[in-house]
Amino acid sequence: MAEAFREGIVIKPYERLSKDEVKLLDKASMEILADPGIWCFSERAARLYEAHGASVTEEVDSGAQCWRIRIPAGLVREAVGKAPSSIVLGARNPRNRLLLDAHVPRVYFGSGSETNIWLETEIEDFQSLSNPEYRIKAPRFTEKRGSADLLARAAHLCDQLEHLDFFIRPVNIQGPEITADNHDVNKFFASLNNITKHVQAGLTLRESLGDVVHMAEIVAGGTDALRQNPVISFIACLFKSPLQLVEDTAEKVFAIVEAGLPLVISSSPQGGSTAPIQEAGMVAQINAEVLAGIALTQLIREGAPVLYGSVPVRSRMDDLHDLYGCPEFNQYNIDCVQMARFYGIPCYSTAGVGDAKVPGMQATFEKLLTHLYVALSGAQYIHYAFGLLDRTNVFSPLQALLDNEQIGKIKHSLRAPKVDPDQVADLVKTVRKVMASSHRLFARYARKAIQAGDVSTPYLFESKDHHDRVLENAVSRLAEIEARPNAHLDKGTVERIYSEVPGLLSGLRKAAA
Amino acid sequence: MSELPILEKIAFNVIQGRVEAEDEGIEQGLQGRPGVLELVQAALDQGIEAKKIVLDGLSNPMEIVGAKYESGEYLIPDMLASAECVGGAMDILGPHLIDSGVQSKGTFVLATVYGDLHDIGKNIVAIMLKGAGYSVVDLSNNVPTPKIIETVRNTGASYLGLSALLTTTMREMGEVIDGLKKEGLRDQVKILIGGAPTSSEFASEIGADAHCRDAFSALDTLKRMAG
Repeated sequence: MAEAFREGIVIKPYERLSKDEVKLLDKASMEILADPGIWCFSERAARLYEAHGASVTEEVDSGAQCWRIRIPAGLVREAVGKAPSSIVLGARNPRNRLLLDAHVPRVYFGSGSETNIWLETEIEDFQSLSNPEYRIKAPRFTEKRGSADLLARAAHLCDQLEHLDFFIRPVNIQGPEITADNHDVNKFFASLNNITKHVQAGLTLRESLGDVVHMAEIVAGGTDALRQNPVISFIACLFKSPLQLVEDTAEKVFAIVEAGLPLVISSSPQGGSTAPIQEAGMVAQINAEVLAGIALTQLIREGAPVLYGSVPVRSRMDDLHDLYGCPEFNQYNIDCVQMARFYGIPCYSTAGVGDAKVPGMQATFEKLLTHLYVALSGAQYIHYAFGLLDRTNVFSPLQALLDNEQIGKIKHSLRAPKVDPDQVADLVKTVRKVMASSHRLFARYARKAIQAGDVSTPYLFESKDHHDRVLENAVSRLAEIEARPNAHLDKGTVERIYSEVPGLLSGLRKAAA
Repeated sequence: MSELPILEKIAFNVIQGRVEAEDEGIEQGLQGRPGVLELVQAALDQGIEAKKIVLDGLSNPMEIVGAKYESGEYLIPDMLASAECVGGAMDILGPHLIDSGVQSKGTFVLATVYGDLHDIGKNIVAIMLKGAGYSVVDLSNNVPTPKIIETVRNTGASYLGLSALLTTTMREMGEVIDGLKKEGLRDQVKILIGGAPTSSEFASEIGADAHCRDAFSALDTLKRMAG
């Protein structure tokens, strides 16, 4: 297979922590893993840690059987050291594959997370009560419950968004036809059959893994082909913060690692409730949780492809809910990116979530604050970046389109400078030519840069008059994009999947013409 | 392209916005091939009539370029590149056209008024006018009023374009018009004004003939004036 990958954007990372501070936090995480250690609710995981030198004692915690594990730093370091520093995430279209290298700050942006509400936007005319002559256009928002059809629609939209590099389903699937048994196959099929980019999701039931992997093997072209081009990968939030390893998720981690597919070990402590709100405490704890999880993957199978998944958030002090669009969110996340780099593991990071309930100025502020800041850190894989609102409760396709424009501009801003002797000599020559002309205007010479793709375009949704028409223009654009044909799998592949994978909804059975 | 007759080559390069051989075009791989200036000289050397070069090699392709700009295919830099091609070609062809009795569309004096150094818009207008076949006398920026009046007199200009970006300097445009009236030159020349703070109302207030929002509006105004 040709070595084609999405370009992403390779940046010069902004590092918030000094080397000494990174080492101090690393040491703190090791101390936490040694004492108090972790509360493990999976006997299988406990025995594996124990077999490699961890101290394990049985306890009862909140009425449940639990294994208290104190993991020595040596065990963690040795296991984490076996994780690969470079991972390929595959895609139906090989040009959409991703190359994640811990030592190369190549940034990719993608969607997430599993919201329950799909926010539809329509533009309507409103009339002034005091002056009926005065009318404005404004958005009207309608909430819909997530469904398999809406997930398919999201995948199709995300396939069209040129700055979206990977797909994590942004909406949960619900409805009378969705059961625990068919949930996984339908969410993966609704995604894979509508997007040619990498598809990643959590696994609802460990028992579904076989069917999901078989589906992916059919899509990729076989057992080996899937491992060469892993069109799907998984997310496992192994720890319930603080420091409690969940049994159900541990079983999924064993199964996914044994299946040889890439996996994110993520943790999402909330500063101020399930982790210290102070930066040092938050980062020391989440780092401990993620390292314990990564170590487990390597104890299961050395060299298992794994991402360092950090989703640290802060709590609001008025109601203890998550708070995403705040400075501490950036501080926590950037620190985690540096920690992942320190261990040589690609980082799954987080940016672009709005606390705002609907698209608008607050959402734009919150998203820009984190999109730009976390991208500057050089995180390889930034999820949550498209369409998320109301913390992670709402997905708005309109917001995803607005985010696409914003992320495109950020990627352009962070491009490497083009300053080399040829470039400089050429431009000095241009200055001389223009200064020798009567008009002293460089416009004609901008064409070269335009043709090279170096000149960005104005904000896509700008208005030509004095009214803000961003949402109005974006709604029109969204309709245009959604009317484009879907990149469905071919008929033979779809038929084979339906005959060999049980539980798929008939409404999703669509194939390329 | 090397097989094309020379007038078609000129037209092609006007559309590509290639003034001279070292310029790149819209299409790839053109750098190093003769541009409009080299081709116009070669056409004259071949004995092709200057008027025919203007019509077939320059005017018609500029119409195409204008349409491409209108449709959004071309941006301002593309338009200006093509206009520069035509302007440069007209510098070469001017003496030949005079010899053959062909007149330009008229002499157009351009200036940013006294006290004002802003001239980007005025420069764009100059390039576009030249590309449209006017004989342009560009006095640059910060031009004293007496110099503008003197140039109108000496060139017998049919058009005067005045530009200002500042509310403090735009009033100088009125001084120029008053000066032209005093010198008995006002009826000789159509006066077009432009610049961010100016407006149609201001043009009427100071006695100018037209206010132009940009270079394209200036060309439209001139077409209307020519009837």
